[in-house]
Amino acid sequence: MTESDRLVPTVIVDDAHVIYRIQQSASPGSGSPLASFKRLVTGTKPATMREVHAIKGVSFVAHKGEAVGLIGTNGSGKSTLLRAIAGLLPIERGAIYAAGQPSLLGVSAALMNDLPGERNVVLGCLAMGMSPAEVKAKTKDIIDFSGINERGDFSSLPMRTYSSGMGARLRFAIAAAKQHDVLLIDEALATGDAKFRRRSEQRVRELRAQAGTVFLVSHSEQSIRDTCERAIWLESGLIRADGPTDDVLKEYEAYVKR
Amino acid sequence: MPQTAVAESDTGLTLKELARKHGLSAAGKLPSLPGYSRQLWAYRHFIASYANAKVSSSLGKTRLGVFWQVLTPLINAAVYYLIFGIILNTKSGVDNFVAYLCTGVFIFGFTQSTVSAGIQAVSGNLGLIRALHFPRASLPLAITMVEIRNTIASLAVLIVIVLGFGEPITVEWLLIVPVFLLQAMFNAGLALAGARLGSKLPDVRNLIPFLMRMWLYFSAVLYPVTRFTDHLSGWKLQVVEANPMLLFIDLMRHALMEDVPLAADPMVMWLEALAWTLVVSIGGYVYFWRGEKGYGRG
Repeated sequence: MTESDRLVPTVIVDDAHVIYRIQQSASPGSGSPLASFKRLVTGTKPATMREVHAIKGVSFVAHKGEAVGLIGTNGSGKSTLLRAIAGLLPIERGAIYAAGQPSLLGVSAALMNDLPGERNVVLGCLAMGMSPAEVKAKTKDIIDFSGINERGDFSSLPMRTYSSGMGARLRFAIAAAKQHDVLLIDEALATGDAKFRRRSEQRVRELRAQAGTVFLVSHSEQSIRDTCERAIWLESGLIRADGPTDDVLKEYEAYVKR
Repeated sequence: MPQTAVAESDTGLTLKELARKHGLSAAGKLPSLPGYSRQLWAYRHFIASYANAKVSSSLGKTRLGVFWQVLTPLINAAVYYLIFGIILNTKSGVDNFVAYLCTGVFIFGFTQSTVSAGIQAVSGNLGLIRALHFPRASLPLAITMVEIRNTIASLAVLIVIVLGFGEPITVEWLLIVPVFLLQAMFNAGLALAGARLGSKLPDVRNLIPFLMRMWLYFSAVLYPVTRFTDHLSGWKLQVVEANPMLLFIDLMRHALMEDVPLAADPMVMWLEALAWTLVVSIGGYVYFWRGEKGYGRG
């Protein structure tokens, strides 16, 4: 940690709970028209509605200039927590405070697959709130950074023709083009080839230098080690450990190997 | 060792106080209505380019591309002309029934397609909503823009049809613009309200076809409005005549055609249409805004 007077909190998560409510397709028996009519009349909750308590009371403070890695086994709630911080998933209880608007940068960010890469760049930038002039100035940089044109003019082809790596690189390039106060990255660095990974790590470092806070969810311990000095280990919706990356990773490795 | 968060707040502040001290805002807090409107205005370029993208991605895979925007209403009109103009040769007391019918079909089609696309504006774009931050009202508004574009193409076709069936161009044609604007605003309100409803209650989507069909029959699209005025009286007639779609369609017919039977006095209809537009557009906007923070759920 740096000098304490420079510790400006950018994200505060205060006992946050996230519950998913899932409307399932009916299981046999409960799904007959008669059964659903009975539920309507008696006003009982549909049996097809299930609740998943994904985050069960998480609290931490992240500061300016920090890069925080989120680790944990599959389904531990890492991505859910990121979405909640981004304000994209409503929280059930507790509170999440953030400086400015955190932006989530995930590989699942959906753009328009039938449109060429170039137009997706424009659309994505506008959706992040850039002005048309800014978009115009940045489009070329974004496409160059993504490297999709390295094998010919792919930026004018529809995105559905891209390989998954190319698509992910373009999405990362779009999201990383903007100056974010708080940047949330979900597995984005794991995609793309070694060359692109180096470039994107460089970009994340730049974004951090511009005084933002970065959260990174990844299964690659290496990319967490390379980019983050602090790590939070989530397990079934609870924080198991929070501290310097090396210590937390050591504990985590011991847990996974067990 | 794990409790860094607590260790750092050694000043004794709770997390809530710490957040307030540093001016952090709570995620998922609803912006004020004027603030939301300002945000939306700042995203106008996104709305426009999203609407363009929607049109080109839906037409991009077809061979004829943008030409379909004109072709669709043409085919539509041809079908009605074949049935009502040639086979049945319906007159129903209207001098120029084909023009009368086409006006009704096109104007009703504007609202119909906006509603059915608006219902899915949020639920069909969850990927985008969960990935990026933008005022969610951009989506139903962009869909309204798409339909406005399509309808402008239809109106061009409609004008050709109306002229082709012998209606003269008069000063009253200028009224096309205000009728269209009112209806566009009315539709935007419906799309906004429908988008929130469709995201909360996916079941609504299954009801829409029936509701729209009922509305079609109540709006005197396929038969002259005199069917209502001749057979109904009292409150029943008043209810039927207060139908906003009937008003828009009749006002458009009034603007485009000479000697057309109307449901009521044009001046009264103008005022009623204006009132509907204000209520539905403002109501739909406010209703959508109040749900703003819940749209990523699901």
